[in-house]
Amino acid sequence: MSSNLLLEIVDLIKTFGAILVTNKVSLNVKPGELHALIGPNGAGKSTLINQITGELDANEGSIWFDGQMVNAMSISHRAQIGISRAYQVPQLFSSMTVSAHLNMAQIAKNHLGFQMWNPSVIHEGLSESLEMILSKVGLLHLANHPSSELAHGEKRQLEMAICLSSSPKLLILDEPLAGLGPSESAQMIELIRSLKGAYGILLVEHDMEAVFSLADRVSVLVNGEIISSGSVEFIQNDELVKAAYLGDELEAH
Amino acid sequence: MNNLVENLPFMKSKRLAFSLVAILILALMVPLFNQPYYTKLIARVCVFAIAAVSLDLIVGFAGMVSLGHAAFFGIGVYCAGILAQFGITSIGLVVPIALVVALVIGGVIGSISLRTSGLYFIFITLAFSQMIFFVAQGLRMFGGDDGFRLPGPTIWFDGISLSQPRVLAYTMIVTLLMVIFVTSRLMSSNFGQVIVASRDNPRKIRSLGIRPYPYQLLLFMISASICALGGVGFANLNEYVSPASISWVQSGEFLFMVILGSAGTIIGPVLGAAAFVCLEQLLSSWTDYWMFYLGIILMLRVIFLKSGLLGLLTRRSQ
Repeated sequence: MSSNLLLEIVDLIKTFGAILVTNKVSLNVKPGELHALIGPNGAGKSTLINQITGELDANEGSIWFDGQMVNAMSISHRAQIGISRAYQVPQLFSSMTVSAHLNMAQIAKNHLGFQMWNPSVIHEGLSESLEMILSKVGLLHLANHPSSELAHGEKRQLEMAICLSSSPKLLILDEPLAGLGPSESAQMIELIRSLKGAYGILLVEHDMEAVFSLADRVSVLVNGEIISSGSVEFIQNDELVKAAYLGDELEAH
Repeated sequence: MNNLVENLPFMKSKRLAFSLVAILILALMVPLFNQPYYTKLIARVCVFAIAAVSLDLIVGFAGMVSLGHAAFFGIGVYCAGILAQFGITSIGLVVPIALVVALVIGGVIGSISLRTSGLYFIFITLAFSQMIFFVAQGLRMFGGDDGFRLPGPTIWFDGISLSQPRVLAYTMIVTLLMVIFVTSRLMSSNFGQVIVASRDNPRKIRSLGIRPYPYQLLLFMISASICALGGVGFANLNEYVSPASISWVQSGEFLFMVILGSAGTIIGPVLGAAAFVCLEQLLSSWTDYWMFYLGIILMLRVIFLKSGLLGLLTRRSQ
């Protein structure tokens, strides 16, 4: 693989029984680049993400991350080397406060989980860098709230903050705007924009306006296959994409 | 240190802390009155409380219901009995040996059981404890089905042994306090928080880079060891070693104590064990069908007390 790529997927194939859900997908993300993955429901976007994070094993093909082949690595190992995923449905620790989540990400990152005697840092305040992350996503005022009491939009923001706390190299954002109101959406878009450049980002999103304003590159996944990939302008004018998917969406806007 | 105290679940409520200190003082006073029945009752509460706290680590904090914890209790019982058979009765030998045996067997059982979860975990832990039950039953030289009289009590020094109710009671009280202290520290450490996070959301903890398995296995082994401590006390309390201490009924009773008190709180199961032992004594002197009433009490607890007996003591102050 070429060394200037953060993530490189080569000819990935995944089948569920007789159904081909990932059909020879090749895709890459450069360091600092925001690569958007779009496609209709059921196109296989989540399945693809699950193969990158390790929640699913691919049948064929290879996934390279930061110069290493990661196909055989566990989910936790992939997280350790810098792949961080913000789930579509925020995945939180229901009995913990907001700040405890960020501390937990640090415990994981720094291998401090086997400290068994001293009181956990989890109950202490946040370090300066974690505080900055929390204020960046706009949750600093809720630092000591139980996560179970957060509104949906706030859970989203926390999900992002947790990802950032583990200082990843690649952020995989799975529909970060789903279920957000207009002002929350605008906030989230600004947040993602502010992260551009600092991290490689793979963005899966249905909101085309957001995708086209944020992405450096866009790939279109239909029926498990990448039918087109290129700059925003290229995708917007691609007849194949229009026919398969974008037509309705563009008219809607 | 300040921080630690705040994090212990039972230090969050002044009323609870006050009640606990009162109970402790009462427990320390009872043996002074020279009433062996009540002194042994205190020891019995502590023995079961130790087992219940150890089970709480797995059920409450790790969120995995084990129906086979009596296996480790029984290991403690049989270690005390078998070692005494060979003339080894010094507490300085019996306890460490029981701890290590339970740790190792806990490692074997845990390493297999923890690959499952939910209903399967309940069944596989039950299956393992039944295996150990039948092994104990098959030990002809150690009484088989009937068990055997404890050949000699575990002893501190010449003349001071756990066959003396007072020595037994104070030994078990101190052991229970140590168990509460150690498990509280353990669960408020990074390790304990990883366990709790793995319970809350195993998918998320993996995606942060932590595989829960080694943490849960270590916790399971620690829990097994602590439970065996209770078993050593139990053998001395009854002066008898019997496979009944490994039965699934015994496992169910431990679970009963944890749930009655409030799971995931350490102190809740202690209260649960105390309530269980008292109810057992009261009800069984009154009727042969005391288990029936125990069942009704558990139902009432589940329906009316959101956080168990512990909730009764903390409710108003929170």
